[in-house]
Amino acid sequence: MTVGPGVTTQQDPHQAGRTDAAAGQAAPSDSDQGVQGTLATKTTGTTTGTEGTPAVQVENVYKIFGRRSGEAARKLKAGASRADVASLGTAAVIDASFEVAKGEIFVVMGLSGSGKSTLIRMLNGLWKPTSGTVRLGGQDINAVGAKKLRDIRQKSVSMVFQHFALLPHRTVLDNAAYPLEIQGVDKASRLERARTALDLVGLTDWADKLPSQLSGGMRQRVGLARALAADTDVLLMDEAFSALDPLIRREMQEQLVELQSKLGKTIIFITHDLNEAMFLGDRIAVMRDGRIVQIGSSEEILSDPANDYVAQFVADVDRTRVLTASSLMHRPRAVVPMSAGPRGASRTMREAQVSAAYVVDRSRTLRGVVYDAEVVDALRAGVTSLEGLVRDDLTAVTEDTSLAEVFAPAAESPLPVPVTDAAGRLVGVIPRVVLLEAMVPQHLEETTDETSTQGSADDDTVASAAVEQAPTSAGAADAVAAAPVPADPSEQTTGERP
Amino acid sequence: MITAAETQSGLPRIPFGDWVDTAVSWITSTFAWLFDLVKDVVVWCYDQIDLVLSAPPFWVIALVLAALAFWAKGWRLGLGALVGFAVIDVMDQWSNAMDTLALVILASVIALVIGIPLGIWAARNDAVSRVLRPVLDFMQTMPAFVYLIPTVIIFRVGVVPGIIATVIFALAPGVRFTELGIRQVDREVVEAGHAFGATEGRIMRQIQLPLALPTIMAGINQVIMLALSMVVISGMVGAAGLGGDVVAALNRVNISLGFEAGLSVVILAMFLDRITSALADRAPVAKALKAAAV
Repeated sequence: MTVGPGVTTQQDPHQAGRTDAAAGQAAPSDSDQGVQGTLATKTTGTTTGTEGTPAVQVENVYKIFGRRSGEAARKLKAGASRADVASLGTAAVIDASFEVAKGEIFVVMGLSGSGKSTLIRMLNGLWKPTSGTVRLGGQDINAVGAKKLRDIRQKSVSMVFQHFALLPHRTVLDNAAYPLEIQGVDKASRLERARTALDLVGLTDWADKLPSQLSGGMRQRVGLARALAADTDVLLMDEAFSALDPLIRREMQEQLVELQSKLGKTIIFITHDLNEAMFLGDRIAVMRDGRIVQIGSSEEILSDPANDYVAQFVADVDRTRVLTASSLMHRPRAVVPMSAGPRGASRTMREAQVSAAYVVDRSRTLRGVVYDAEVVDALRAGVTSLEGLVRDDLTAVTEDTSLAEVFAPAAESPLPVPVTDAAGRLVGVIPRVVLLEAMVPQHLEETTDETSTQGSADDDTVASAAVEQAPTSAGAADAVAAAPVPADPSEQTTGERP
Repeated sequence: MITAAETQSGLPRIPFGDWVDTAVSWITSTFAWLFDLVKDVVVWCYDQIDLVLSAPPFWVIALVLAALAFWAKGWRLGLGALVGFAVIDVMDQWSNAMDTLALVILASVIALVIGIPLGIWAARNDAVSRVLRPVLDFMQTMPAFVYLIPTVIIFRVGVVPGIIATVIFALAPGVRFTELGIRQVDREVVEAGHAFGATEGRIMRQIQLPLALPTIMAGINQVIMLALSMVVISGMVGAAGLGGDVVAALNRVNISLGFEAGLSVVILAMFLDRITSALADRAPVAKALKAAAV
């Protein structure tokens, strides 16, 4: 591919790549259709959201170490396995293709030996791919000379290393200023810019210390400051937090996300830690034995793993921090418009066989909840308005609340936890049983599914997809209120009083 | 015994020695002009260094060297050096010791000027490293006296064959430690240099050499120590200094002279060793790592 023709030609293989990725994820069951649909919209969304070329484009990249690497690459392309070509060389990366949009955090995750470190080193030309192309901002970095490559490294892409890779004999400030020194920036201004970078990572007071006088977390902050001082658009982070202890690691992850939102860098982050990947990544590529086995958001990977390997990998992840309320919410069954009055409320509760109903106003904003006993009392007393009966004694959560934060509201009330969107409109509810179910890893669920009739995560996702669409359509409130009663009443609610 | 050209095992006797002899004679006659030039340069350099060390009175040089020790390490080493030099002087070996020191300095400098670039080259190029390794083994393990024979033929007796033989003998650790030091530099730090777009030259200058410096300094220390031991042996071919007295004492079975000259060598060796070790500790990287312990 040449660089010349510009955006249109580069968009094409790009779109094709997306479709392939989506097709690659096609799963056996029908219920997956909905998920696939959302994936497709989501990924296209990322691309159309940013103008022009993606920050990084990787196309069919192979990297084989060994004397007969070319031959090995040809055999791999012809369908040979990694073991088949072992005698010709070590296949570190096999047919990797992905794109990273500007301002995205893209995480490459895999165990050691999966080729992720080799992959990231091809993104700034430290390794040359055996075959395939790597483009940074549209520029094929393997088609340029040594001088131009140095120029790209100075201006477009910087790197943070696992073991910090600081110069031990230089102060923190001089280390942070080193990329600028390489760029030939004069001393006064490079020190000033290095100070700004140190301010960003909170090391202002440590500028004159030597790296050996700092703790591991601080040293990595120097590494981060150094990469930030270079002021490149793309930031490569090679297991950047793996050498740090867990508490510091979490702190650094939070700081990185904060910095990213402040500076809008494109970050490609390598890790072997799934929790880290899930926390940081807008999208995650899972690697195994040199191949990328799945690319998707953390929720997609959790709820729809491409194969057993990924499923096993995600089995012990802390799902409560990854899954959000929107992924688990169900369609609220007993919803009463404010205008329906006690009579309407009692009919809804009777039809849905529940003992309480959510009350919404005209714009579907959640107003509170009404209970059966009180509604019946009000009917007897001839009250015609729900106004005095609505209680707001339950806590609503928003769609992007993590499950970890849904537990407290769920424990407070016997009713399903209502989920609202940013404007406060009711978009779904999370019954407590669904919340508990979500804690069970996918592959365990599949085995138990054989015995139970319903209630697997697949149905959850379909249901939530339906709910997501509901508010956008006209007359949504009616549609939800008129929802048919599901076959399995046990799924319904904890608020039921038979 | 049929002919002389057969060994006891029956294999033919191959006259390696004769071939080398022929080669040396040929080299000597063909490159006479070059050797004369080398000889003149080496003699001139030696004379200059020796002049600086021998011309001033004892106490001036002793104080300067003691001050060097004080600066490099501290007052203990400075004081020890001063006492050591006084001992050499009272044994009447001071001027010999200065001749030897001049030889050591010159031979070490030449060995390092050749050895360090070779080491850098070997570190960057595996082929060079593979070729160099057996050559260095050969140079280091060949009995030191053997170097004296061709050098005497080429340069005749005096200071020059001594220095040349010393340079060859002392070259190996300079090359080896430099290569080792550079190869040991943390790969990630070198990668960082590349990743930020530094040139090869800058990476060598600002990353590899500074980080390899403690190891290279250990190599320099070894070069100097080997040079000192060889300089004494080169007394056999008429090189000036303590070596001459050691050889003379050996020939005449003169215990007192042998002891005094030998003790002077030991004192000089200790001085040089402590100074170079102290300098190695002053390398920026070594200092930076020590700062961590505080």
